[in-house]
Amino acid sequence: MSKVILTVDDSASVRQAVSFTLRENGYQVVEAVDGRDALSKMTGLTIDMVITDLNMPNIDGIELIRQIRKHPQHRFIPIIMLTTESQTEKKLAGKSAGATGWIVKPFTPEQLLQVVKKVLG
Amino acid sequence: MIFESHKKAFIEEMIELLGDLEQTLLELEERMNDKELIAKVFRALHTVKGSAGMFGYDQMSQFTHNIENVYDYIRNGDLLISHHIIDLTLQARDQLIIMLQLDYDVHDSLNAKAQEIVTAFGDLIKQFKGEDSAPKLQTVPMHEAPAPVTLEANAQLQTYLIHFRPPRDIFKNGTNPTALLDELSKLGSALIIPSVDEVPILEFLDAEDFFISWDILLQTNQGRDAIADIFIFVDDGHTIEIKEYHTPVAPLKDSDFNELQSIIEQKAPESCHNFEELLQMAFSELEPVVSVQDKIIPVNAIRKEMQDKQHGPDTVTSLRVSTEKLDELVNLVSELVTIQARLGQIASMSGDTTVVMISEEVERITWALRDSALNIRMLPIGTTFSKFKRLVRDLSHSLGKEVDLATLGAETELDKTVIEKLSDPLIHIIRNSIDHGIESPEERVKAGKPAAGTIHLSASQSGGTVLISIRDDGAGINKESVRRKAIVTGLINENQEVTDTELYALLFAPGFSTAKSVTNVSGRGVGMDVVKRAIESLRGSVSIESKEHIGTTVLLKLPLTLAIIDGLLVCIDSEKFVLPLSSVEECVELLQQDIERAHGRNIINIRGEIIPYINLRRRFSLNQSIPEIQQVVIAGIDGVRVGFLVDKVIGQHQTVLKTLGRAYKNLEGISGATILGDGSVALILDIAKLAEREVIEESI
Repeated sequence: MSKVILTVDDSASVRQAVSFTLRENGYQVVEAVDGRDALSKMTGLTIDMVITDLNMPNIDGIELIRQIRKHPQHRFIPIIMLTTESQTEKKLAGKSAGATGWIVKPFTPEQLLQVVKKVLG
Repeated sequence: MIFESHKKAFIEEMIELLGDLEQTLLELEERMNDKELIAKVFRALHTVKGSAGMFGYDQMSQFTHNIENVYDYIRNGDLLISHHIIDLTLQARDQLIIMLQLDYDVHDSLNAKAQEIVTAFGDLIKQFKGEDSAPKLQTVPMHEAPAPVTLEANAQLQTYLIHFRPPRDIFKNGTNPTALLDELSKLGSALIIPSVDEVPILEFLDAEDFFISWDILLQTNQGRDAIADIFIFVDDGHTIEIKEYHTPVAPLKDSDFNELQSIIEQKAPESCHNFEELLQMAFSELEPVVSVQDKIIPVNAIRKEMQDKQHGPDTVTSLRVSTEKLDELVNLVSELVTIQARLGQIASMSGDTTVVMISEEVERITWALRDSALNIRMLPIGTTFSKFKRLVRDLSHSLGKEVDLATLGAETELDKTVIEKLSDPLIHIIRNSIDHGIESPEERVKAGKPAAGTIHLSASQSGGTVLISIRDDGAGINKESVRRKAIVTGLINENQEVTDTELYALLFAPGFSTAKSVTNVSGRGVGMDVVKRAIESLRGSVSIESKEHIGTTVLLKLPLTLAIIDGLLVCIDSEKFVLPLSSVEECVELLQQDIERAHGRNIINIRGEIIPYINLRRRFSLNQSIPEIQQVVIAGIDGVRVGFLVDKVIGQHQTVLKTLGRAYKNLEGISGATILGDGSVALILDIAKLAEREVIEESI
């Protein structure tokens, strides 16, 4: 069974690029456009990992992480956040909300896969 | 390697996003206290910054970063939003569009403009922070390519002692510690010994907490950073200790690791807890090693494999198709429509009911196919409308006027080509409205109108035609000054009587402008005739209505699509012609006695109205016998009724337009051709051009 990764980003191009890379490397991908969409898509699904942008409309990345950590089914899944280089405080906020790790934008497909492998094992 | 294959999607998304940003900024200008709008601007800038970096637009990303900073301050209430900031942001937004279009290429001049904007944003921060370091636009890429981990560079085998003590709540942020250990073993050869000393007795054990720690002996050529990198997400300063370790035998073989493992597992539990002591003890029991062979885990090979997989089919939910492909499709469908008409004709002649039935079925499917093919090309006109909000804003500011733009019917659909070509004429018309139509706020108040003028831009569909009207509540057209100007330019005689409609039609004459001075907005007299030509090239028409002191309305009539038109099929001798049905008003008979009564002049009296007609037989030099009863097709051209004399009106005809090719491109009076059901060709008449020529020739 290939692992299922939920990618959350309001930027379609980044989301597609990430999802494409993951699919190419044998992962199953579910896409969501923001936190709210992500939470509704997670319901009832088995998700092995979440990769989320932070800055999004409706429910943003930090709040999404908090919500997932409260979710009875998904609270222990790894969550990787996508941040931009300048936001150290965002990184910390994400960590304290319960993020597993982060990828700093801009990143390459290789860096993305490296992190995914590290987290998923 | 960046995500090159998705660059196109990125550019399209950016254009959309920057379009939205412009809208949001304009809304923000109206509602400066709206926190949600400010957040939206910030989010958009943030996305631009992040995504641009992802797809290699480093300069764009860096540039946006400076603007985003300012909005971060605004968002946090440290800085107040102002017209000036919105203005700057709009400029920055335009700059981003340019950067996007230039791709990676950056001009010096562009740099200067970008730097200017960045400095202006820097000044904003300086003003309240008192910092004197204005940000500089870097041309250095933001992200250096990650240094590839090459075996040559770090070929030195080194042994490390690692103590890994995960935080108790490690599960709560989704980390799987064993995954990290797996990752670690991939760096080289590892001896991993767990310690369970801290695991409490069962009744105090919280299953969601974590109590195990590990000691690891790792032999690797990847260096200390590669090790630290694995633990980067869990390291809070206490989690991981790494130190170099010199083993009595070096380098170690895989078999050594296995042996060490079993020695420690046998002895460890009761003897001691210090890993280094344990190791020393284990090494002392290890048999001396004679020959040694390095074992290197081929990290690079794995990477390469991953890279090779990069290119492959994508899964898509919607398609972006190039316009050429669509044109090709529409073209093929047009051919099908033509051939189907022929089939219909032959089937009905054959009298075979089965063939007729099949032919009717083919007809039904063909029309459905035609409709859906044409429908693919349809876009809501709102995409064009949204551009004008910015235009109105900038223009009215620069002229010191207050103008609002109200739009209606943005969802009305039009052929993509028509929409694209419509943009420039609409800009001309709106410019004219703002420059000539809408008065200055003082004049307006004096005239009892609200200080801010309004331009209503509306679109609606009526049959195969789309009507677009641009209505302003300005001063209206001064008929007297139009008249004077027309006399001066020789368009009319001093004493000539002209109706309002005819007078307004003069505004479309080349070089006609009543503006007293030339502003940078309008008044060069190139406006309205260009508009007219552009609209006519789309087979549409344009007309003006105006009331002094009340306002002016410019009305555009456009065909829904350019590929197929509703035509009126007529014949002269054996030749067939098609007139665009949208212009046709009525058809009347012309008897021999009518011709005699007109004393050889080409005029006809219809219900008391004298209408000139064009003798198409003469124009196209068709000199066969003239029938007893001829017919005149009356068409409305720019508000003037003109007749076209033909032998016989055959009827309505769905006309698939074919261009005549390069050789006949400049043929006046013929706009194209179509193939009829029987395979013969009918020419499509350009009635506006025909009428124009006739007038010129008569005046000569």
